[in-house]
Formats: sequence, C-alpha cells, structure tokens
Amino acid sequence: MDITFLLQLIINGLVVGSIYALVATGFVIIYKASSALNLAQGEFLMVGAYICLNLLSKYNLPFWQAILITFAFSAILGILIERLILRPLIGSHLISVIMVTLGLSSILKALVQLAYGTDTIPFPEVFPSAPVQIGPIPVSQGYLYAIGCVTILVTVLTMFFKYSKTGVAMRATASSQQVALTMGISVKKMFAISWAISAIVSAVGGILLGTIRGGIDMSLSFMGLKVLPVVILGGLDSILGAIVGGVIIGVLENLSGGYVDPLVGGGAKEVAPYIALILILMFKPYGLFGKKKIERV
Amino acid sequence: MLTISNAEVIYNRVILVLKGLSLHVPEGKIVALLGANGAGKSTTLKAISGLLKSEEGEVSAGSIDFMGERINNLDPEDIVRKGIFQVMEGRRVFEDLTIDENLTVGGHTRKDSAGFKRDKELVYDYFPRLRERRNQLSGFLSGGEQQMLAIGRALMARPRLMLLDEPSLGIAPLLVQEIFQLIKKINTEEKTTILLVEQNANIAFSICDYAYIMEGGRVAMSGTTEQMKSNNDVKEFYLGMGEGKEKKSYRELKSYKRRKRWL
Repeated sequence: MDITFLLQLIINGLVVGSIYALVATGFVIIYKASSALNLAQGEFLMVGAYICLNLLSKYNLPFWQAILITFAFSAILGILIERLILRPLIGSHLISVIMVTLGLSSILKALVQLAYGTDTIPFPEVFPSAPVQIGPIPVSQGYLYAIGCVTILVTVLTMFFKYSKTGVAMRATASSQQVALTMGISVKKMFAISWAISAIVSAVGGILLGTIRGGIDMSLSFMGLKVLPVVILGGLDSILGAIVGGVIIGVLENLSGGYVDPLVGGGAKEVAPYIALILILMFKPYGLFGKKKIERV
Repeated sequence: MLTISNAEVIYNRVILVLKGLSLHVPEGKIVALLGANGAGKSTTLKAISGLLKSEEGEVSAGSIDFMGERINNLDPEDIVRKGIFQVMEGRRVFEDLTIDENLTVGGHTRKDSAGFKRDKELVYDYFPRLRERRNQLSGFLSGGEQQMLAIGRALMARPRLMLLDEPSLGIAPLLVQEIFQLIKKINTEEKTTILLVEQNANIAFSICDYAYIMEGGRVAMSGTTEQMKSNNDVKEFYLGMGEGKEKKSYRELKSYKRRKRWL
C-alpha cells in the first residue's frame, strides 16, 4: 500500500468527517438544550441543500444571497417544528419525542420527494474545482473550502456559546431549566433558538455536501443516521465531542472503505461507523467527552 | 411592597399546601419566614416567583400583589422582569458554567450594559473570594462560596425584592455568619427588600426586622423581631431556650404538641 493512497483516504475522511461534525453539532445543540434526540437532523440537511439548489439554479441568485435565504428558511423551519411539534410534547416521555422526530423525518423526506423527485440533481459549482497539489497528493479545492467553512462555523458557534449573553443563557438552560427560569430566561425561547441554529448548521452541511458531490439526492438524509455513531462516540452533550467524533468517524469510514472493502467485497465503509458505535457503547457508554450523570428514577 | 392575602396553593390539583396564607413585606425591610419542614415556606416563595408552574402547582385562591399589581400565576420570566428574584434552596449554581458566566446569566434581563458591568464589579466587591476565581467552574466552589455566588447572581438582576430560600442550609457556621452579614449589607446599601426563608431562627433574628412563623400552610404567628424573640413559645420551640433546665418527660412532650397548635 502506498502512502499517497493512505493520505488521500485520510483527507477524504477529514472532509466528510468535518461535515459529520457539523451536523452532529446541530444534533448536540438540540439535545443539550431540550434533551430531545432529533432523528430528523439528516432531513434538515437535505431540505437545506434542496432549498439552496433551488435558489441557485432556478432563480439564479448569487451564492451568498442563496445562502442567506437558505439560512433564514432553515431557521424558520426549525422554529416552526419546535413550536408546533416539539413544544406540546414538553414533559412527555423521551420515547414519544424520538418517535415524533422519526415521523417528522419521513414527512420531510416525502415532501422533498414530492417537490423534486428522486433523481440526482446536479448541484451548481460554487467553489473552483481545480485540484491543488498538497505535497504528493492533489486535493480538490472544494474540499479545502468545505473544511474552511466548517472550521469558521464551529469557531463562530463556540464563541457564541462562550461569550454572547444568549449563548451563555442557553448553556445555563441546558444545565438546569428550573434555575434558568428564576433568572428570567425564557426557556421556550432558548429551545426555539437551539432548533433554529441546529437547522442552519445542518443546512450548511447539506450545501457543502452538495458542492463536493456535485449533485444531491434523497441519500443526503442518511447523514442523519451517520450522525448517531458520531455523537455517541463524542458524547451526546458535548460540542467538542461532536467535532472530534465527526472527524474520527469520517476517517475511520474512509479507511475501512479503502482497505477493508477490497478484501470483503464492499460494504465495510457503510458498516464501520456502526461497529464503532456498538464498541463505544460497550466500553464507554457516555462517549469520549460526555458528562456522566447519575439518574435517579 | 409585597402583599399576599389568603393565598391557597394546590399541587397536582389535589394537594393543598398553602391554606390561606397572608403576609406583608414592607419596602426596604428584611422579613423572615420561619417554620419547620413541610410548613410551606418554599412553596410560598415559589408562589411569589412563579416557579410553581414548572412543578404542576398553582395559586388557586387569594392574591399576590407586588407594587400594587396582581402577579398570581404569571410566568417566572415576567416576574423577574418586575423585580422579584428568587435564590433557590440548595444554592443551585450552574455548575458547568464559570463564576463569571453565572453572574452574566444572573443579569440576563438587564438591558443597560454599563450598569451591568458596574454591578459585576460590585458583586465582586461584596464577595472578593469570587473575584479570585472568576474563571473557574462554579461546581468546584465550596458550599458557602456557591451560596455567595447565588446571592451575587441575584444581585446582578438588580431586584427590588430578593427571595432567599434557606441560605444557611449545609454551610459551615462561620460562613453562615459572614453570609448573613452580607445579606444585611446588601439590604442597607443596595436598598434591596428581602424575604428570607429560614429554619435557623437564631441567625434569621440577627438580621430581620419582622418575622412570620408558618405551620401547616398558614401563618401561625408574626411580629417584629423583638416581639418574637421575647415570646416564650418561640423561645422554646425555635430558639432552643426552654425555661425548664432539666430534661423533659414524655408527658410534657405531649403538652408540647398541644401548645404548638397555636391556631
């Protein structure tokens, strides 16, 4: 095996992994704020990508305008879903919340299918595609832009949660809703904001995936499932965990795709993250960075 | 400033906890609310601050008025904006936030950023220990320091009325003294009215102007601190200064039960 092949796999892994990290961050934000597992995260990503595509190719908007409108749309979608579907469920069992998001994912998928069909639609080229030579290996510029975008976005999010008043209030809400209430924080508003942020972040993931792959189809929504091993590995309530977990799963997936697939005749790439998930749950059930909590029932 | 009249609180639509409670907190004073476990002290505070809602409780009768305005069953965030801030029992700092961030959250409802910064410094002046550790996670503070943080966090909201729920709970006696002196200081210097719930009557009497004693969801007795301190029943049941020096027999224990029923 030559080293170029390995590096190539690792770089691919990093790119895909950074997008996993992004979507996982969205997942973690919702879980932290409202302890709801959002199984429709992948659909948020898909909807974002389709909306952006629509704006770009149908209305020929410049890229940045399309992005802004997509963000606004995603935010509204997130808020609406929280308001109309999740809020009435506050206080009900976790299982019902999970089932509702599962149903939601089917509905969103069906709506996108209705509107755009099931064929792969080419995504306009946003970033220049000519590869750049890094050391011995050529790397597509789109990859570099993608990693750049993810880094910027994650940094912005980290700053937001660290320094802004709303961000700190959201963390306080995650820490204890009741005490947050006594501070005059509107917990409902914090939930809504977290859903909006999460939807926006996922939409970015969708747009990046679209540009990298050159086309989008329904398979984008599988990203939502890929995110599960990521957050389980990183710890459900840790943004840092989501990022590290995303990168690890991305690289792991590509490595097993490159080295194990030829031996077993394919499929290892898809299975590897879930094997990892099972192993992690066996040995480190709270993930790498997750908070251990003793629950008294 | 705050007047509760004939308030009833029901949890889960079944359990009647406050059975017609009336009390009055005059502006600028410290009022103590004393009583045994389960008397309804914390419920009273939660009824005022609106926290009952998150616990399936509601004020089902009577009224709670703050500055001449009815605040029964308002949302807690609106009540904070009106100037009432509750420091919950057991400190309840945000453990995975730093001390500085805890204070930031306390001032969540503030709009004036200059005053916000000034008050942060003010809090650090009141509690210098907190300044030393401003960037540490508050979960690592000692119990007494967490209580200071909880009070400082309340101060950040510039409340007109501060509700303190058992600030002495689980804290070393020396620190309790220090904390109560600081509460008094906040009351005089910042003109913050304080409603203090305590089990430790001694320490409460050291700073309060007026006291209520609650039993079984009602006010059993009330008076100025001087009146309360000289009352024989209060002396015996709350200050541990019974008249007889010798150990009491079981028969007298029964009389204790009888005498304790004031109403």
